[in-house]
Amino acid sequence: MARVFDLSFRYKIPLWGSVLIAVVALTLTLSFMLQAHDDLKRDMLANSDNLGRVLVKTLYAPMLHDDVWRAYEIVKAPFSAGSPPGSFRAEGLILLDARHEVFVSSQPDSWPMRTPMARLGQAYARLDEKLRAAPKTMAISTEDEGVILLALPMISDDVDIGHLVLVHPAGFYWPRFRELAWRALLITGLVLSVLLPINWYWGRRMAVPVERLAERMDELGKLDPESSPSDDYPYRDELGRLFQAYNRMHAEMAEKATLEQRMVKADRLAALGRLAAGIAHEINNPLGGLMTSLDTVKLHAAPDPVLDRFLPYLERGLAQIRDIVAALLVETKARSRPLAAQDIDDVRTLLAQEAKKRDVEWTWDNRAGDASGLPATLVRQVLINLVLNALQAAGVGGHVLVRCVGSEAGLKLEIENDGAVIPDELMKNLFEPFTGLNEEGHGLGLWVTHQIVEQLGGGIHVESRDGRTRFSVELPKGDCAWQPSASV
Amino acid sequence: MERREFIALGALLFSPLAHADPQPLRIGLTPTLLHERHALLARWKAYLEPRLGVPVSFVLRDSYSDTMDLIKQRRLDVAWLSDYPYVLMKPHVRLLVTPLKDGRPYYRSYLIVPARDKRTRSLADLEGKIFAYADPYSHTGYLFPRHELAALGKSPKSFFGRTFFTWSHRKAIEAVAQHLADGAAVESYVWDALAREEPRVTGGTRIVSRSREFGFPPLVTLKAFPEKTFQSLRRVLMEMERDVQGREILADLHINGFIPAKPDLYAEVESMARQAGRQDDGAGI
Repeated sequence: MARVFDLSFRYKIPLWGSVLIAVVALTLTLSFMLQAHDDLKRDMLANSDNLGRVLVKTLYAPMLHDDVWRAYEIVKAPFSAGSPPGSFRAEGLILLDARHEVFVSSQPDSWPMRTPMARLGQAYARLDEKLRAAPKTMAISTEDEGVILLALPMISDDVDIGHLVLVHPAGFYWPRFRELAWRALLITGLVLSVLLPINWYWGRRMAVPVERLAERMDELGKLDPESSPSDDYPYRDELGRLFQAYNRMHAEMAEKATLEQRMVKADRLAALGRLAAGIAHEINNPLGGLMTSLDTVKLHAAPDPVLDRFLPYLERGLAQIRDIVAALLVETKARSRPLAAQDIDDVRTLLAQEAKKRDVEWTWDNRAGDASGLPATLVRQVLINLVLNALQAAGVGGHVLVRCVGSEAGLKLEIENDGAVIPDELMKNLFEPFTGLNEEGHGLGLWVTHQIVEQLGGGIHVESRDGRTRFSVELPKGDCAWQPSASV
Repeated sequence: MERREFIALGALLFSPLAHADPQPLRIGLTPTLLHERHALLARWKAYLEPRLGVPVSFVLRDSYSDTMDLIKQRRLDVAWLSDYPYVLMKPHVRLLVTPLKDGRPYYRSYLIVPARDKRTRSLADLEGKIFAYADPYSHTGYLFPRHELAALGKSPKSFFGRTFFTWSHRKAIEAVAQHLADGAAVESYVWDALAREEPRVTGGTRIVSRSREFGFPPLVTLKAFPEKTFQSLRRVLMEMERDVQGREILADLHINGFIPAKPDLYAEVESMARQAGRQDDGAGI
């Protein structure tokens, strides 16, 4: 039984409805049929009684005149082939004389003339007793003998001249009843065939949103921020309120999750930044010594073939280390000139060759103005990094849009390209070092950009969908005398 | 109700439409028809009228006695009577012609029982049983079996357990076929015709014995019938077998033709009637 209750509402509601409808329909039909059964039996007996009374009137004369043949023709008439079917269900008629012997009957074979009634069978014998006990009255036998007998008295001038007995087979009303019952069942069937599908439809209409809500609640644990709030059920009933509550909850949880993600990411980037800066610092000091020593060797050491051969290796290796460390340190020390609109144009000029080489069509919208108060070098580096990335991503024949807008609040940079979008797995670690958005650089470009933007107190974010990737950088107004903190 | 379904020896007389024609010839028909066959009678009427030069009408009644009453009241000119009623009506009527059945002016009485009764060999075996009479004025269906019983030394009143009248031979046959009666005596002419037309009815019966021959029911006229018309009617009837139309009508009447009726044909039934006398009138209605 528990299994039935475990069933989905999708089945349980329509099933319950169907069971209820079927039970009600069948109960009604059954009670109708029981009623019809009794009515039919009574009506048909009443019909029989009426017919019997008519016959009795016409039978007086033949009885009184002892005219057997006339009486025979009369009792036979209701059973002749021409009589309408269904109007009369008695099986036979027996005319009894005053001595309760058969005067004549519709079936001489079954009920021969002159046979005492008591000898016709048990039911007849019992009815005979009844008639003798109360002559001149109507009598009816019970159904248990296989026949129902209806005896009508024939009284002439207060003298009992006999009885007319109508013989009905037990269940004589069955054919008519079957007809009625069949029709009732047919109608029930029709009603059910209309109601059940409606019930099924409504049941499902109720159950499907509940089921969907349940599914969504299940998914709430492993929340996917992408999953949109549900508009499965646009109505305002209790279910609709449940959906609204769910949607509110979903939105709150999604917001919280996004926030957490962002915080985790920011923490990680900050930690990485500290780690990278620490390491770079530690390397930078000995590196300075090494570079100085190398210069000294180059200038003052006696010519030596081995040195001549390996010094350039050392020199190139150390230069590479310096470059990387410099990148990690986000060198921002000396150049603190404030940004001017011209600086943006310079970047354009600087990268024009690259854009041409890559056959990328670009558009510049320079409204940066000169009042941002931001350090020119850093902004330029950010712009260069992002535009270079965009040129790379756009590929041959691609388009790049660069927009720099200065305002009261600060400066906004937007760099857009129509190359391949950034895959999801990459997006998560996009601003971490060595993420490798492309194979060409050392993988520090975006990280450095991020570091700079962070240090300038701004924000950077990426949208990459529908064939467009846009990096937006917002920088608050700075002051010209800005100095990088010593720890970076 | 059953007056409609009706038979041979029952008196079939068609009411004369007295006002339609000045001097119609009123004919009461008895023995020949198994059913009401108006088409046949219309054909016969159409056949007779031009040959006789007078209108003809038929009169039909339900029992022999009704027809006999019409004769007594002179409301018929001609009648086709069974032989026993003829004998009883003798003072009022004159023999005209006797029909020929299978070329001979005779018929018989058949004693019949239900087909399922294989044991009955003669009338004597039916003692205490239920017996159906056709009509108290029927020769073959009443007078003859009672005469036979008397010859056996039995009283017709007490021999059978129960008797009743069916008022026609056909119905007597039905009563036996449907097992209402254990036996009946019927006219050979009716049984034979019915056997041809509705074998299912006669199939329910078995002929136990056939009586000797008796004169076939004759056509009679009133004593006062004009001689000239008498002769021309007799001639027309006797000439029916000579033309196609007449033969067709005769065939439908299940007879071959007519011969002048002779009183000796009916001598035997007359003596039987005398023997029966009036003493057993009680068996009548």
